[in-house]
Amino acid sequence: MSTETVKGKVYVENRQLVLPGELLAEGDVQAQSPYIYKVGEKYYSAIIGLASVEDNKLNIIPLEGFYLPKVGDLVIGLIIDVGITNWIVDIRAPYRAIMNASDALNRQFNPIQDDLRKYFDVGDYVLAKISLFDRVHNPVLTIKDRGLGKIVHGRIVEIQVSKVPRVIGKKRTMINMLMNETGCDIVVAQNGRIWINCSNKELEDILILALKKIEAEAHTTGLTDRTRNFIREEKARRGL
Amino acid sequence: MGKKADIKLIREDGLRHDGRKPDELRPIKMEVGVLNNANGSALVEFGKTKVLAAVYGPRELHPRHMSLPDRAVIRCRYHMAPFSTEERKSPAPSRREIELSKVIREALEPVIFSELYPRATIDIFIEVLQADGGTRTTGITAASLALADAGIPIRDLVAGVAVGKVDGVLVLDIDQVEDEFGEADMPVAMMPTLGKITLLQLNGVLTPEEFKEALRLAEKGIKEIYRLQREALRKRYVEVSLEE
Repeated sequence: MSTETVKGKVYVENRQLVLPGELLAEGDVQAQSPYIYKVGEKYYSAIIGLASVEDNKLNIIPLEGFYLPKVGDLVIGLIIDVGITNWIVDIRAPYRAIMNASDALNRQFNPIQDDLRKYFDVGDYVLAKISLFDRVHNPVLTIKDRGLGKIVHGRIVEIQVSKVPRVIGKKRTMINMLMNETGCDIVVAQNGRIWINCSNKELEDILILALKKIEAEAHTTGLTDRTRNFIREEKARRGL
Repeated sequence: MGKKADIKLIREDGLRHDGRKPDELRPIKMEVGVLNNANGSALVEFGKTKVLAAVYGPRELHPRHMSLPDRAVIRCRYHMAPFSTEERKSPAPSRREIELSKVIREALEPVIFSELYPRATIDIFIEVLQADGGTRTTGITAASLALADAGIPIRDLVAGVAVGKVDGVLVLDIDQVEDEFGEADMPVAMMPTLGKITLLQLNGVLTPEEFKEALRLAEKGIKEIYRLQREALRKRYVEVSLEE
C-alpha cells in the first residue's frame, strides 16, 4: 500500500480516513498540516481526518474540530459585551475576540460622549475580518473593508466548523449551486456561521434544510447533486 | 457479596469465577459521539463497568488567573454516579475520586498537544454509570475517544486495562470481585502506537518476574482495546470515500 517517492515513504492513500496516532509517512516528505507531527523520521496524524497525498506533500483535512482564528479570516461574530472603547465578540473560538471602536467607527470618537451601544449592542451579529491574532493576544476584529459590518437582515445558520469547506465546495461549486437554486444571498464565514438573505420565508426554510443536510452528510459522495435534487423537490412540494 | 471463602476466584478447570480465561478481556462495547452538547463524547463498557466521558474545549478559562501563558490547562473530573455502586454512593467528590481525577489527568496530559492552545482550557468529564472494577482504565479509554471526537490534536489514543493477581494467577482485566479478593491490582494505560506508558499503578505485591509478566499481559490487552477504539471511531465514517 505504500507509495515510494524520491526519498520518503507514504503509507496512506489520498482521501483515506486517518485516526490519531496513525503512521502516515516516513523519511523525506512535506507535512503541510499543523495536525501532523513527527517523531524521529516518522510522521503521525494527531486528529481524525482525511489524508490528502500529492507526490510527497502530505496534508490532513479535519473531520472534527473547532474554529481556530487565523489572520485574514472572514468571521461572523456575536457581540457579547460592550466596553468603554471596545466590544467583546464571540466568534466560536477558544478565545473571545475584541473589536475596537476606533476600528469600527469611521471617525474620531470620544469615549466620554459616545456610547458604543448606539452602534453595536449585545446580541448583534457582525461580519468582520480578523486583523490580529497570535499566541499571546486574543483575536482582534476589523470591519474596515468592503461588505463588512453589522448584519441587520437575513438569518444566521450555525454549522460545524469542519463542514465549512463542504458548504463552499470545490471551486465554490456547492455555494454557487445553492445560490442559483434558491436565489438567496449566502455568506459563509470561516467560523461556521452562515449569513443567508432570502426573498421569501419558504426559500429561506428550504435553504436552511439544505445546509443542515450538507452538514449531516458532509463525508458522503455526490452531495452537490443530491442537495440540488433535494432543493428542487422541496420547491415543487411547496409550489414555488 | 460474600467473603473470600464463598467465591472461588480460579475454578478447578483453570477458568476465572466468571468463566473467562486468565488472559481474556471482558466483552467490550464502545460508542463515540453519544452526547450532543459536549464537543466530544464516548461511552465505553468493559463487561458490567460502564463509563461516559465528555470533553469540552479548548475554551476560555475562568478564573483567568489559572490560565497558563504557554499551553492549555487540562482539567479532569472523575466522578461516580450515586447509582453506580451496589450501595448508594454520596455524589460529593470523595478522596478517592479526587485522586483518580488527578491520576487520569496525568495519564492523558502527555498525549494532548496543549501547547497549541495557550491560555485556554480543555475540560474532561468522566462519569462512571456502573462500576464493576477497572473504572479508571475504562475512564481513560473513554476520555481519549472523546478527545479524538472533539477534534483536539492528540499524539495517540490512550487505552487502559488492569491486570491483577488472584489465587496466585495473573489475570487480565479484573472485575470488582477479583479486585476485592485478589492479591494485586495493576492498572496500566498506554499510547500503543508510540509504545509509551502513561499510567502505571500497583496495589498489592508482585515479584519482579510477575511484574514483567503482568506488564506483558497488560500490553496484550491494550493492543486489543486500541483496535476496538479505532474501530469505534472509524464506524462513524463508514461512508467516507472519494468525493468530486
